[in-house]
Amino acid sequence: MVKKIKKRVSRAVIFVVVLAVAVIMAIPFAWMLSSSFKYNTEIFSYPIKWIPEAFRWENYITVWTQIPFPTYFFNSLKLSVVVTAGQLLVCSLAAYSFSKLHYPGRDKLFLVYLGTMMVPWQAIMIPQFMVVRKLGLYNTHWSLILINLFSAFGVFVLRQFMLGIPEELSEAARIDGCSEIRTYAEIIMPLCRPGLATLTVFTFNYMWNDYLAPMIYLDNDKLKTIQIGLASFRTMYKTEYGLLMAGSVCALLPILIIFCIAQKYLVEGVAHSGLKG
Amino acid sequence: MQKSMSIEDNRDIIRMRRKKKVRSVITGYLFVLPSFLGFAVFMLIPIIYGFYLSLTNYNGLEKCDFVGLRNYITMFSDDYFRVSLKNNIVYMVVTVPLTIIFALFLAVVINQGIKGAGVFKAMIFFPQVCSYVAVGIVWGIIFSENGLINSFLRSLGAQNVPIWLQSSKWALWAIMLVAIWKQTGYFMIMLLAGLQGIPRHLYEAAEMDGAGVFAKFFKITLPMLSSTMFMVMVLAIIGSFQVYDLIAIMTGGGPGTATNVLVFRIYQEGFKNSHFGYASAIAYFLFLVVMILTIIQFKLQNKWVTE
Repeated sequence: MVKKIKKRVSRAVIFVVVLAVAVIMAIPFAWMLSSSFKYNTEIFSYPIKWIPEAFRWENYITVWTQIPFPTYFFNSLKLSVVVTAGQLLVCSLAAYSFSKLHYPGRDKLFLVYLGTMMVPWQAIMIPQFMVVRKLGLYNTHWSLILINLFSAFGVFVLRQFMLGIPEELSEAARIDGCSEIRTYAEIIMPLCRPGLATLTVFTFNYMWNDYLAPMIYLDNDKLKTIQIGLASFRTMYKTEYGLLMAGSVCALLPILIIFCIAQKYLVEGVAHSGLKG
Repeated sequence: MQKSMSIEDNRDIIRMRRKKKVRSVITGYLFVLPSFLGFAVFMLIPIIYGFYLSLTNYNGLEKCDFVGLRNYITMFSDDYFRVSLKNNIVYMVVTVPLTIIFALFLAVVINQGIKGAGVFKAMIFFPQVCSYVAVGIVWGIIFSENGLINSFLRSLGAQNVPIWLQSSKWALWAIMLVAIWKQTGYFMIMLLAGLQGIPRHLYEAAEMDGAGVFAKFFKITLPMLSSTMFMVMVLAIIGSFQVYDLIAIMTGGGPGTATNVLVFRIYQEGFKNSHFGYASAIAYFLFLVVMILTIIQFKLQNKWVTE
């Protein structure tokens, strides 16, 4: 009896502690959202009024009309979708080869892929920039598409998933005279759906949030992405806090939506990359 | 007659097998080809070319000369580089342990099966998926002179509160706090996955023997979690050397050089000053640091991991 009560009390304490941590960690978001509807002078009043007296939607309207926010938004969307779709195709083909086909040199080649995953991108951004410039792709969206399309990480993630699909399935298809490309497209890919979903969410998220690469490769204002747009917006309106918050909310919104829909795959991807490394 | 036929048969079979084998090799490589072509052009070539660049004085305009290891030697007498390396090390020494301890605490506690665990996990994980630009802007205002943090400190009676991001003493600390806030959820999820792999019966047996909470944590949880912990540490350390976005947004490397880090140096020397040769040397140094740390971790892992 005493033990039971003790357990219940400790449960309650744990619950309160975690609740407190989660709420404290969410404060910056709550504050951002509430400030995005306020005048500058209201933002810094203390104690904080979490719900603004009058909602100033003007901040949002200004963000969408005063600066080329729609262009930035669309550019980011385009790059994220193209790279994600491209990665799904290119990486899954390679992953199929590394997991389901048997030929000499396969594992050595895969080791090269694995090895480069250790190289931080920032360490090769200068020579990569030189290569892209030589190809005449500087200041085009192609530069960002191509440097992100051939991801070793994508190959790695999908290979892990495909290794979990029983060998017998592709073997049986082979015996029935099914061509490799059909086995890949009609048997393995459908079974690999959770893996593809994980890669989709990861890549989209990465592309949407990427800041340094677009900053290096894009010069033309018409080509810029949401993150550089937001950063330059900050330089222009350094003290227009309400506007800055509204812009940040807009930049975070797509990620929030994806997070709500596909959180499971994000979590799964993180858990996988940690366990299998 | 019969014998010769069987030899013929055998030859056919061998020929067919060889044909099949050649074909399977070709198919294998064909599937990798699209990926490998791009991978070679945009990853492998830059890796090699970067090393070559680091041995030259290329500055984007004139023809470049081969200077051997001079860039690497210059680096260590360059105050900008030295302070950046120092900041990176401080950043690593502070953020890596704190993030991991915080993440481990949350993972262990959430793993007890509390109500609403899913919601809590999502709330703590969410900062991880947000862009550094948006997060940096928001926190920049929170840390401003009359921002949330200072208002809070003043309400507690604190006087002479610092202007965090404009103070060379406090700017890096403010950034590190944001980094910990942002990354904890990521490592918590990894550790949770590791925790779920620990068999329940171990705890039940320990409870029968009268083990307390702490005994269970140190005798079962930590040892059983060691391989995940090492993975988490490797990733956290590597990540700590790649920090850039948050600093670029929150302080731009300042005030002065107070928040300069290696990637910031690479960007400045390369894309601002056009010292591509020198910047490549710093980049290769970064690469080397990350590689050595990874190798050390894996060596230690073989020694200590108890699974």
